[in-house]
Order: sequence, then C-alpha cells, then structure tokens
Amino acid sequence: MSVQHSAAAHIHRDDVASRMGMWLFLFTELLLFGGMFILYSVYRFTHPNEFHLAAKELNTVIGTFNTAILLTSSLTMALSIAAIQRKQKSLSIIFQLLTIVLALGFMVNKYFEWGAKFHHGIYPGSDTLLSKPSGEILFFGLYYVMTGLHGLHVIIGVVIIAFMTAFTMKDVITHDNYVKLEAAGLYWHLVDIIWIFLFPLFYLIT
Amino acid sequence: MDNHSEQHTQHSHGYGIYVLVWLALMALTGITVAVAGINFGKLTVATALTIATIKTYLVLTIFMHLRSESRIFRVFVGVALLFLLISFILLFTDYSFIVRN
Repeated sequence: MSVQHSAAAHIHRDDVASRMGMWLFLFTELLLFGGMFILYSVYRFTHPNEFHLAAKELNTVIGTFNTAILLTSSLTMALSIAAIQRKQKSLSIIFQLLTIVLALGFMVNKYFEWGAKFHHGIYPGSDTLLSKPSGEILFFGLYYVMTGLHGLHVIIGVVIIAFMTAFTMKDVITHDNYVKLEAAGLYWHLVDIIWIFLFPLFYLIT
Repeated sequence: MDNHSEQHTQHSHGYGIYVLVWLALMALTGITVAVAGINFGKLTVATALTIATIKTYLVLTIFMHLRSESRIFRVFVGVALLFLLISFILLFTDYSFIVRN
C-alpha cells in the first residue's frame, strides 16, 4: 500500500513546477493590484493636499495593529511549513490554525474600522462624502476598493488555509509532500506584501 | 534521481530565521509609523516606500523561499517587478509634465 503510494507520487509529482505555477498566478495578482497602485499614484500626484486631509480620517492605531497581526500571521504560516518539513504534524496544524485566527482578527478589526467610517457617513456614494472636494472622494474610493479587495483576498486565504489544515489532518499533506501548503503560503505572503504597501500609502500620509 | 531528493530538502530553513525576519518586519513597521510623524517634505513618501521595499524583500527571500529557490524563480520575479516599475516610470514621464499648473 505504502509502496504503491510512493511509487505513484514519484511518477506524477513535480514540486518545482507546482510552485512555479503558483508564482505565475501571483504575477497576475501583481497586475491586478499594480494597476490600482498606479491609479492611486496618479491621483495622489494630482491631489496631494486633499489626500493628506482625507488620510487624517483614517485610524493609524487600528492600521498599525492590523499590520502587526498580518505580519505575525505570515510568520505562523512560514513556521507551519517548517514544522511539516520536520515531521511535526500537530505543530504544523497549530501554526495553521493560528494563521487563520490572526487572519480573522484582521477582518474583525477591518469590520470595526469600516463600521466607524460608515457611522460618520463616509461610504461610497454617501451625501457626506460627495459634499467633500473631488480629491477626497477619490481617496476614499481608492481606500474602499483597494482595502476591500485586499480584505477579500484575506477571506479567500482563510478558506484556502482551512482546506490545508484539513489536508494536513488527513495526511494528504505530509512531511515529504507539502507543496500544497507551500502554495497556500506563497498566496498568504503575497497578501501580506500588498498590505505592507497599502498601510503606509493610506494610513501614513503626512 | 539526485535532482529529486534535492527538491525536498532545499527549503529546510530553521525556525530561528523566520522569527528573526518577523522581528525585523515588526521593527521596520515601528520605524515607518514613527518616521511618518516627521515631515521630510518630498522625501516622506520615498522613505515610506523604501521601508516597504525592504520589508517586501525580506518576505520574498525568506518567507517565500526565493533565496533557496532555483535561479529561474528569481529571474521571473525580477522581470515581473521590472515591468511594473516600467509602467510607473512611463506613466510619470508623462504625468509630471501634464500636471504642472
């Protein structure tokens, strides 16, 4: 049984190609977010003062806290792969679950952050927002689209990592076959990198 | 055959390096926030982006294993980033002249 299994695995597996495939997908994500960063840079260039004023409305404390949460979740994700490589299955599962908990914590913060904005009447199409100068409307438009799309990626990441945890429990992901977990990790780190740029560009404009 | 055994072992980083990178990322975040209060004029954005780039480099090389991945991965990532950079540069060679009011 186990002999058969490993024989099949050696015929059909190419981990390097699997990872390369994941990287190619990440490049399409780079195009998606890169386009938005280009849009952001042009509008910030044409409306510097209004972007500065609008950014003051954002909560730097929540932003910093969320940055710390996401960076830590990237660490636990990397550690879960290191653990599975060392045949420490339970430890890997714990690290994956920690990653999910941190990601959900990020989304809870996002909920309160957006909730506060909505409470102050700042949401796309609101009268309060539309009465502001055009540069501030553009800023909040970009803020909602870019952090919203990033948040969607976080939610998708949670679902993917949850599948990986189930795979690890069922021994689909093992110490000598963990390329799925690596691919999930690559995706998760990309989400982290995007936030690394979103954070200073939206929360820290001086 | 030799190649096959290699592909399973090349990623074995220790736990320590990940924790170190995490500490560096947290410290750099702290620096970004602290520095944002200081007005360097036009250099403020450049400072924030420089720190973000350093953080990205750490995530790419260590967390995403590019350091131990075969060379072609680094070439691919480099080309992808280069084309994004070209898009920004071409756009701003245009915009920096248009928006001079």
